[in-house]
Amino acid sequence: MPIFSTENPPMADLRIDFAGIRAPNPFWLASAPPTDKAYNVVRAFRAGWGGVVWKTLGEDPPVVNVSSRYGATHYNGMRMAGFNNIELITDRPLALNLAEITEVKRDWPDRALVVSLMVPCEEASWQRILPLVEATGCDGIELNFGCPHGMSERNMGAAVGQVPEYVEMVTRWCKQHSRMPVIVKLTPNVTDILAPARAALRGGADAVSLINTVQSITGVDLDLMAPEPVVDGQGTHGGYCGPAVKPIALRMVADIARDPATAGLPISGIGGIGGWREAAEFIALGAGSVQVCTAAMHYGFAIVEDMIDGLARWMDGKHYADIAAFRGRAVRNYVHWNDLNLNFQTIAAIDQTRCIQCGLCHIACEDTSHQAIAARRIDGKRQYEVIDAACVGCNLCAHVCPVEYCITMHPVANSAGALTWQQHPNNPMRQEAAA
Amino acid sequence: MGESASGAPDIAPGRLDAATLATHFAEAHPPLSAQQAMVEANRCLFCHDAPCIEACPTGIDVPAFIRKIASGNLQGSAETILRENILGGSCARVCPTEVLCQHACVRTALEGKPVAIGALQRHATDWLMQRDIQPFTRAAPSGRSIAVIGAGPAGLACAHRLALHGHAVKIYEAKAKPGGLNEYGIAAYKLTDDFARREVAFILGVGGIEIIYDQALGGTLSLSGLRRAHDAVFLAIGQAGVRVLGIEGEALAGVRPAVDFIASLRQAPDKAALPVGRRVVVIGGGNTAIDAATQARLLGAEEVSILYRRGRAAMSATAKEQDWAQTHGVRILDHAVVRRLRGRDGAVVAVAGTLGAGQAARPFELAADMVLTAIGQIFVADPLGDAEALTLADGRIAVDARGATSLPGVWAGGDCTAGADLTVAAVQDGKRAAEAIHAHFLHGEPAHG
Ligand SMILES: Cc1cc2nc3c(=O)[nH]c(=O)nc-3n(C[C@H](O)[C@H](O)[C@H](O)COP(=O)(O)OP(=O)(O)OC[C@H]3O[C@@H](n4cnc5c(N)ncnc54)[C@H](O)[C@@H]3O)c2cc1C
Ligand SMILES: Cc1cc2nc3c(=O)[nH]c(=O)nc-3n(C[C@H](O)[C@H](O)[C@H](O)COP(=O)(O)O)c2cc1C
Ligand code: SF4
Repeated sequence: MPIFSTENPPMADLRIDFAGIRAPNPFWLASAPPTDKAYNVVRAFRAGWGGVVWKTLGEDPPVVNVSSRYGATHYNGMRMAGFNNIELITDRPLALNLAEITEVKRDWPDRALVVSLMVPCEEASWQRILPLVEATGCDGIELNFGCPHGMSERNMGAAVGQVPEYVEMVTRWCKQHSRMPVIVKLTPNVTDILAPARAALRGGADAVSLINTVQSITGVDLDLMAPEPVVDGQGTHGGYCGPAVKPIALRMVADIARDPATAGLPISGIGGIGGWREAAEFIALGAGSVQVCTAAMHYGFAIVEDMIDGLARWMDGKHYADIAAFRGRAVRNYVHWNDLNLNFQTIAAIDQTRCIQCGLCHIACEDTSHQAIAARRIDGKRQYEVIDAACVGCNLCAHVCPVEYCITMHPVANSAGALTWQQHPNNPMRQEAAA
Repeated sequence: MGESASGAPDIAPGRLDAATLATHFAEAHPPLSAQQAMVEANRCLFCHDAPCIEACPTGIDVPAFIRKIASGNLQGSAETILRENILGGSCARVCPTEVLCQHACVRTALEGKPVAIGALQRHATDWLMQRDIQPFTRAAPSGRSIAVIGAGPAGLACAHRLALHGHAVKIYEAKAKPGGLNEYGIAAYKLTDDFARREVAFILGVGGIEIIYDQALGGTLSLSGLRRAHDAVFLAIGQAGVRVLGIEGEALAGVRPAVDFIASLRQAPDKAALPVGRRVVVIGGGNTAIDAATQARLLGAEEVSILYRRGRAAMSATAKEQDWAQTHGVRILDHAVVRRLRGRDGAVVAVAGTLGAGQAARPFELAADMVLTAIGQIFVADPLGDAEALTLADGRIAVDARGATSLPGVWAGGDCTAGADLTVAAVQDGKRAAEAIHAHFLHGEPAHG
């Protein structure tokens, strides 16, 4: 809660109605340890989170977790650029979870409380658990078809999510045996994300959420000669998440958002979200809510304060009055490669006043690209210069340059109109222009 | 100003208790932890044609050694450093990096905060030396023998490189200990834990180098004799003399060269036994003045002033060094020209002269119990002997770009030749001369010219 009222609080309305589930803001905690019990969830709600997806419930007796559970990719001094876990679903008794869920929902009626579920792929199992969950007063359920380790070996989790027929079947059972909104959580460990997404829709899903974690081995302990995290000398593959997986998640969300069959199906975007900017990216590609796990596990619940504040201020700057105002705005510009304009050209420019002479642009282009940056010495002083005619506009130099705004890419004025591969003379299967 | 001398000069040992002295002379810049080193190493951008390499007198491949720290390859990192600079350990501690590699670091331009190259260099070299690893092996014996005169940084670097090439090296050292100014000159808080001696042991560990102590050129040894007995001679005798003020009162008790003061401080097993003035005046504007003044303060002197005759910017001590002295309570007075040392009963009690630039110059007098002169070391040519016609230039031994002197078979480097008086520059001179000597043996390349 703010202590001081700012003179100009952000105006944007962050409230969402996601497949009939209302929340004061789109920031939900994903089903994971941060949502494992009332204690954590209440702390999260106090911090301002708009909703939670409770840590996945299963049938009793509860699962047993190993000790030594997480692996991480620390990159260039940055802790947890990627994160992986070999945890299973909740290891607490079902009744305890249900009681806590009931209590929390009663105390926090304005927040979204979705319950994640994973039970064996038998109708009876689902029929048993659904009424118990519904009785808690929760806002909806999320079907965990994504857990890529452990549970999948018991024919649950990703083992279901990878077979569209099962996704459809289980979704249908849930719709038949409860009145709750059903969100189907998809696994990224598939070749084509559209297959399970369409299956969920066919089964009657009210929404999908994605991504669950990516099958991974974060590293190998080279002394023990075992994959990390090591459990008594051995390791297993786990689920990868955190900043490293955002690009994979964005692409899968965007594919579902633009697919004519699934377009309009509410999407809860998950994967590598750590701040408002990533959230805005997911929303721009069609997400109606976002879920966070790793960033909260890294920094605690307080990160939501800036997520809310930052998103609202950014929306104010862009004159987006509410989430719907920009939701899916980038989807129309997410096209197939074949639809890109081959006549568009962009070219690198180096601002010599900012250049610190590190030479990285030169060596990157010289060794690995198009030899378009000359390394010169003028009175002994290094100078790096773009050779316009050789530059293909690949952006590599701008990416490697450590100085902000030093290398920028500039579109070249071009009288030729747009030309896509479909129309390109080099394309043996080109479609001649109609005119 | 206007303070006038009163009472007898106050020079006394034990101004501070042992515990305080221990903290004062502890390492000024403690080593990086492994984690700090990792974070710092990852700040390196791995520049192409990196400016830092060029700015290091020994040309260490800085981005390469830092990348190896980041990858956890510390032995490879240390070897990358030591390949170019076998005294990389002491250079990591004593180099004025703010005017060398770190000045050139592109992060200085980017954000005014260079990668801590010196600290990282220390991290890697410490790692290797703590494990007693000898990174290099000698080539098969060549049958050649070289006399190196002086076991300072230049002589040691030359000897090591020659030994690597399989040559046998005898170092003749006038003193009873090796290391040159690393042992006797560098400020105590830069090289702690007897690092100078440990580094010499590490260098000698390669084999093929023998140091013969208490043998001075010009004393027991003559240049002509050494030339006859060896296939080549490398002169690395540093600067044995100090410049004198040439003013009244210089012979008074309590007046001494700063380098002597520092040498006795470096050698003192018990700092509390060292006498130091209550009020100390240091005359000069270089590194030596800074070190003498700062260490006098650390010993417990109450008032320490550096008097420099020109403006601040002209001081050869870097801005960072000046800050260092000032943060230790040393007062720096520029445009302070000392014309006379006043004494009473044969001991100095004050310095007198003018203070202020140009027209603004006014007479001043400053009470002093101890006066340390630090207006420069000078090369003393006497040991070279008259018989040998060794050409001098600007009062030091003249050498060509590869360290060859005017005498065939004789090379020289370090402080006894022209160039920056820095440890790292001495190392480069020694290394370069060793390569020239080796090339001379190999291809009969000209010994001079
Ligand atoms: C007080 C002080 C502080 C300094 N601080 C720094 C610093 O922080 N960083 C830095 O980079 N540099 C510093 N320097 C400079 C640096 O120490 C020298 O540039 C460097 O030591 C020069 O190495 P060298 O081998 O040429 O000479 P030296 O280190 O002087 O070694 C010469 C050796 O030759 C021996 N010798 C002399 N005459 C004879 C003879 N006739 N016969 C046989 N042996 C002889 C000497 O005993 C000595 O061992 C400092 C210098 C001083 C005086
Ligand atoms: C330790 C851990 C446990 C998780 N457990 C579950 C789970 O029980 N059910 C589930 O649906 N997802 C689970 N996940 C996946 C997260 O809900 C989320 O989909 C994934 O971490 C990606 O989001 P992130 O990049 O914000 O972490 C877990 C993730 C982690 C790190
Ligand atoms: S975070 Fe650390 S202390 Fe807490 S359970 Fe895990 S290993 Fe134990």
